[in-house]
Amino acid sequence: MTAAERPRPKVGQKVVDMDFVPHKLEEEEVCLEVKNFRLYYGDKRALHDINMKIPKKRVTAFIGPSGCGKSTLLRCFNRMNDLVDICRTEGEILFDGNDIFHRTVDVTDLRRRVGMVFQKPNPFPKTIYENVAYGLRIQGINKKRILDERVEWALKGAALWDEVKDRLQDNALGMSGGQQQRLVIARTIAVEPEVLLLDEPCSALDPISTLKVEELINELKDRYTIVIVTHNMQQAARVSDYTAFMYLGDLIEYKDTDTLFTNPEQKQTEDYITGRYG
Amino acid sequence: MNSIKLWFRKGDPWVWLNGGAVAISVVMVVGLLLLVAFRGLSHFWPHTIIEGTYHEADGSTYTLIGEVADEEWVAASRVRGTGVAIPEDVKVVQRMLIKTGNRDVTGLDFRWLVADKLTNVSTPEELMVVERREWGNFYGYLTAMKENGQVVATGAEALPALDARLERALDLSDAIHDIENKDIGAINYQVERLRLKERRLELEGELTDAVRMELDAERAALDAEYQTLKADLDQLNVEISRDSLVATTMSGVEKEIPLKLVVQYKQPNKMSLFEKIGDYFHQLWLFLSDDPREANTEGGVFPAIFGTVLMVILMSVIVTPFGVIAAVYLREYAKQGPLTRTIRVAVNNLAGVPSIVYGVFGLGFFVYFLGGSLDALFYPEAAPSPVFGTPGLMWASITLALLTLPVVIVATEEGLTRIPKSLREGSLALGATKFETITKVILPMSSPAMMTGLILAIARAAGEVAPLMLVGVVKLAPSLPLDGNFPYLHLERKFMHLGFHIYDVGFQSPNVEAARPLVYATAALLVLVIVILNLTAIMIRNRLREKYRSLEN
Repeated sequence: MTAAERPRPKVGQKVVDMDFVPHKLEEEEVCLEVKNFRLYYGDKRALHDINMKIPKKRVTAFIGPSGCGKSTLLRCFNRMNDLVDICRTEGEILFDGNDIFHRTVDVTDLRRRVGMVFQKPNPFPKTIYENVAYGLRIQGINKKRILDERVEWALKGAALWDEVKDRLQDNALGMSGGQQQRLVIARTIAVEPEVLLLDEPCSALDPISTLKVEELINELKDRYTIVIVTHNMQQAARVSDYTAFMYLGDLIEYKDTDTLFTNPEQKQTEDYITGRYG
Repeated sequence: MNSIKLWFRKGDPWVWLNGGAVAISVVMVVGLLLLVAFRGLSHFWPHTIIEGTYHEADGSTYTLIGEVADEEWVAASRVRGTGVAIPEDVKVVQRMLIKTGNRDVTGLDFRWLVADKLTNVSTPEELMVVERREWGNFYGYLTAMKENGQVVATGAEALPALDARLERALDLSDAIHDIENKDIGAINYQVERLRLKERRLELEGELTDAVRMELDAERAALDAEYQTLKADLDQLNVEISRDSLVATTMSGVEKEIPLKLVVQYKQPNKMSLFEKIGDYFHQLWLFLSDDPREANTEGGVFPAIFGTVLMVILMSVIVTPFGVIAAVYLREYAKQGPLTRTIRVAVNNLAGVPSIVYGVFGLGFFVYFLGGSLDALFYPEAAPSPVFGTPGLMWASITLALLTLPVVIVATEEGLTRIPKSLREGSLALGATKFETITKVILPMSSPAMMTGLILAIARAAGEVAPLMLVGVVKLAPSLPLDGNFPYLHLERKFMHLGFHIYDVGFQSPNVEAARPLVYATAALLVLVIVILNLTAIMIRNRLREKYRSLEN
């Protein structure tokens, strides 16, 4: 595939990261390190010996066909898979050098540090203000002045402040889907996590809302390590610095986005990004 | 042939069958409500009083005064059997139930008469019905007013005199009622508390002379207070006994009725339609707001309404937290397996246990065992009379809470399962613990389901009578369970209940004819109270649903 055939942003769309000079993955500072990681649902193995390093303050995208295990892997980073009874893991995932599956790890603290945004916007049926303040209140912050400050900061961070500043006390369920998803992002960054996990954040959104969320991702990456799962290859190409291609529970190829899309090493990767399956 | 086959294949017969079933159900419900409401509510309308001459079977005649309470057509042969002469060619005759009142004079206040034998029927305007505190209604003509036994007004002047003096008597009666129930009642209550305090100190061996003197002093103070009130009361009693009215009955007997025994009087034949409507609502209000009199066959049902509502509220307060906690544990924390399934089946089956069984359980476990233990532990001074070891409001509420627990558990569980997984994950992903997720997100969102459970619980509990007869409801409670004496809410007291009131008035009453309209009226009222309680709960639920409407999409 030549550079001309590469998926490109549409004309008029804000071009994200086209001038990004590819670093070598090996040179990046490591945030999350996955080591010989396997995951089983009951007897069925869903992830086979995954090894990868997620760089700090970069956007890493997971792509691959449905059922390849990309969401499963993402949900391991904040141990959401603990909620599935039959789920079992082997190997380790190091976050800042510590295994997150170690029994001394406080899961709630891990989840605060590794925030997650889901496929479908899931604001709580509370006011916009209370949605953003939820995580802060959980941490025991109840002073109105501090809450006000942090809520404003988080909403600004999620590029939502201007749209909602006059109706903070309205029910969050009255917002549009795109606003809801940005509210969920605001809710997540309000507790100041270090990592943001985005699980197909735009799959339920219209193109305009998608664009806004993508712009937001680009702004947020200065402050957070972002891992995004997406079905949309153009999106991966637009927003990510590094891309991992997964297939049937295996990590097939993982390198900087430009190289992966222009010059894939593996046949499977090439087949997928050229649309031969998936 | 083909078209009928097609008609069946299209499913039309089913639609008709289902529609018909719905229609029959609706007709039955509406018919039942209309019957109860009509029979009950028409009782309060001021009925015309008739006067006529009645020809007895033996040829004698007498004057009859009364209200037509009922009419029916019966076979002539049945009437002939009672000795009344009916011409051979008449097949059916009309009989009337006349309420003649004056039980103190004639001994009975209802009589069945053959309509044909009543002649010269008229409705004189001066005819008067007097509602008395004893002996039921009085029917007759007002002839004079007396003060201290001396006639002060006769003829046309008697009526205005009655109006003025009755107003005075009613005011005095209210004052007496206030002193007896509120002031003297409060003193009695305090004296009883002093007695219990003394007894407790005695049992604990701490009753020194100093304490005894202190208690005696308090008692003396209360006694002095009582003596003043007693003097006031005696004075009021003398004053209220001053006036009386004199009236002639249908048999011409002159009857003197002290005004202190009169609740109200009226001359319905004189009333215009508007006056009658006004009187109708006045009577309805008295029914709702008054205490019962004459073995519950007269007066109002206020204590029963109060008891029903208070019991249902207490029941709700008890059953909701228990049911919700149980449901949250079963759904959120318990490991789903055979044991949990068994518990769930058992809970569901509890809803099918006959309510009287709960009554027996409540009496055996709550009243005798728990109540008895409470008495032994905390109220030794009251022995041998029980405090909590006897049926009462608290045990009735708890028994009904137990009875309705399964409904709340099942409804709440259903609500919990309907909360989308994504919201739980959203909360957990923000670093909330499971407990925080449940209390801050899941429980508020499942509150409409809890309210549904509570609505079903209220509907079941408010109409329940059988278990209550064992655990706290009485025919006539001397005082309301809520009053001005500390601690205000008296959970150990017995109470009245509309459901039991219906049973009591209808089947245990000495005066069946007088009680029958009250049975309908009370039944209509019970339905109304349940509807109001339910509507309140439904309104709360709808507001909650509106708030958490994301669940629907």
